[in-house]
Amino acid sequence: MLKLQNVSVKYGSFTAIENLKIEVEEGQIVVLLGANGAGKSTAFKAISGLKKPSSGEIFFQGTPISRRTADKIVQLGIVQCPEGRHLFPAMSVYENLKMGAFVHRRKKDEIKKSMSHVFELFPILKEKQHDPAGSLSGGQQQMLAIGRALMSKPKLMMLDEPSVGLAPLIVEQMFEVIKTINKEGTTILLAEQNANAALKIADKGYVFENGSVVLQGTSNELFSNDEVRKAYIGA
Amino acid sequence: MAKILKQRNIISLLILIAIVFPFLTKNEYFIHVMTLSFIWMIGVYGLNLLAGYTGYLSLAHAGFFAIGAYSLGILTVKAEMNFWLAFLLSLLITGILGFLIGLIALRTKEHFFAIYTLCVGYIIYLVIDKWDSLTEGVRGLIGIPAPGKAGPINFEEPLSQYYLVLFFLLVTVLIVYRIIHSLSGRTYIAIRNSEDLALTIGISTMKNKLSVFVLSTIFAGLSGALYASFIRFIGPDIGQISVTFDLLTYLLVGGIGTLSGPIVGTVLIVWLSQELQFLQDYRMLIFGPVLTLLVIFYPRGIVGALTGWKHKRDEKRKPQAARASSMAFGKSQVTVDKPVKEG
Ligand SMILES: Nc1ncnc2c1ncn2[C@@H]1O[C@H](COP(=O)(O)OP(=O)(O)OP(=O)(O)O)[C@@H](O)[C@H]1O
Ligand SMILES: [Mg+2]
Repeated sequence: MLKLQNVSVKYGSFTAIENLKIEVEEGQIVVLLGANGAGKSTAFKAISGLKKPSSGEIFFQGTPISRRTADKIVQLGIVQCPEGRHLFPAMSVYENLKMGAFVHRRKKDEIKKSMSHVFELFPILKEKQHDPAGSLSGGQQQMLAIGRALMSKPKLMMLDEPSVGLAPLIVEQMFEVIKTINKEGTTILLAEQNANAALKIADKGYVFENGSVVLQGTSNELFSNDEVRKAYIGA
Repeated sequence: MAKILKQRNIISLLILIAIVFPFLTKNEYFIHVMTLSFIWMIGVYGLNLLAGYTGYLSLAHAGFFAIGAYSLGILTVKAEMNFWLAFLLSLLITGILGFLIGLIALRTKEHFFAIYTLCVGYIIYLVIDKWDSLTEGVRGLIGIPAPGKAGPINFEEPLSQYYLVLFFLLVTVLIVYRIIHSLSGRTYIAIRNSEDLALTIGISTMKNKLSVFVLSTIFAGLSGALYASFIRFIGPDIGQISVTFDLLTYLLVGGIGTLSGPIVGTVLIVWLSQELQFLQDYRMLIFGPVLTLLVIFYPRGIVGALTGWKHKRDEKRKPQAARASSMAFGKSQVTVDKPVKEG
């Protein structure tokens, strides 16, 4: 479904990712593991069109997308849930969700349907739909960020460190929901430092270091890999 | 009390005052000053859409004001065109030039955008100043007609001019109100919030920025055309950067990114300037520091301060929502969001 072919991205003269090769099959959950600054978010930015690759090509369902603008890429069905759970803090929860459906803005019925779907996944958002997004707790904000991404009815959803800064119990819930979203038919690409939680739900993973993939394999392989355990699981 | 402070109510009240104002004062000079204030307000609303709601501070605004004014002046005086046709055309010309300039200017962001538009504004001024054969240069354009007669109404009279300008102001406010409360408005605010985030949810930021830029220049052009037909004489100095800064001052004092800010700020500053005229240019000794303090302590001007104060009162009653205001995510102080619903 998604294929990165030798993708490199530069910030000025600094090469943040180099010759990246990643493949995501339809229906999978794929995780990118890596420490701070490894280049996970940069890879996401390249896929979502926020940052143009300096070389290489990105294919989505067979179409090259690296020259398309970010808004066109969302229309194709790739949505990014950016790191730091960026919301529109002054807009209400409801309005944030509605903004998420921007690409379907003319289909009122579909928006309603997606909205009730999101409310089913995250009942707390329904309860707080009239509150400003800025007043939510960290976990609720992450739910809203995911909910807003879902509103675009993505085929591929990219989540950038959804677990960061959340209590373990909330993290567990979050990953449960991600699994549910995946079961309902959305392919998931996840960036995480929390390898333990991520590998539990993922089909396969890539380990990033300094902008390159140093290790890849199925979740089981990575989970039992000594280096991964030492670096990311701490056992 | 809290209800009275709702921006919609503030505006309704202000409209009412504006309509009865000429009956309260028989002083023609006051009516003249008020008419001028309304004209400025229209320009300030244009600036507010772009700088306030979308977060792009354009310093070319006086340039577009002058383009509107000169288009009307040249079309009526030199081409001897029918007034209303020339009026419409001048809006069109301003919009088209706005589109072309926006196409290039909007490739820049933040302070680069401000500097870029500052240069554009200066170039527009220079063109008007130097292109003698078209604009009469420093001599200025004399004898611009007033709108003339429309049925029984004679727009040469100060009172009917007052109402004509008020009419255009109300149309402006209505349009801006509709935009801000529509998906477009939320889109602009989303862009101000974070352009990357806006892109991430599929908003074509360039298209939206360009449309709001053009809209903003058309309001500047409308303001300029009304100015030309009201004062009946224009010189290149109306395109000077100081005019942009005047408009910006009105906006900042009233409240950038608020719906009633342009009205409040303009009326206040214009009248204060009139009252303090005996101080001549020393007025700036007062305005400068007051403006600086205001921007530091009340980045969203008088209207922002009032609604903020109202918010605090509401939140005291509803402790749970209190956290909302303390969580500021905006890019800078000026762009910190308050719910738009307030308007
Ligand atoms: N806008 C930028 N300009 C310059 N360098 C950048 C920029 N954004 C990221 N970088 C650099 O690119 C490298 C990769 O950053 P990236 O944000 O992709 O890492 P990450 O894996 O997402 O890290 P984290 O876990 O902290 O989110 C880092 O060295 C970072 O300093
Ligand atoms: Mg990152």
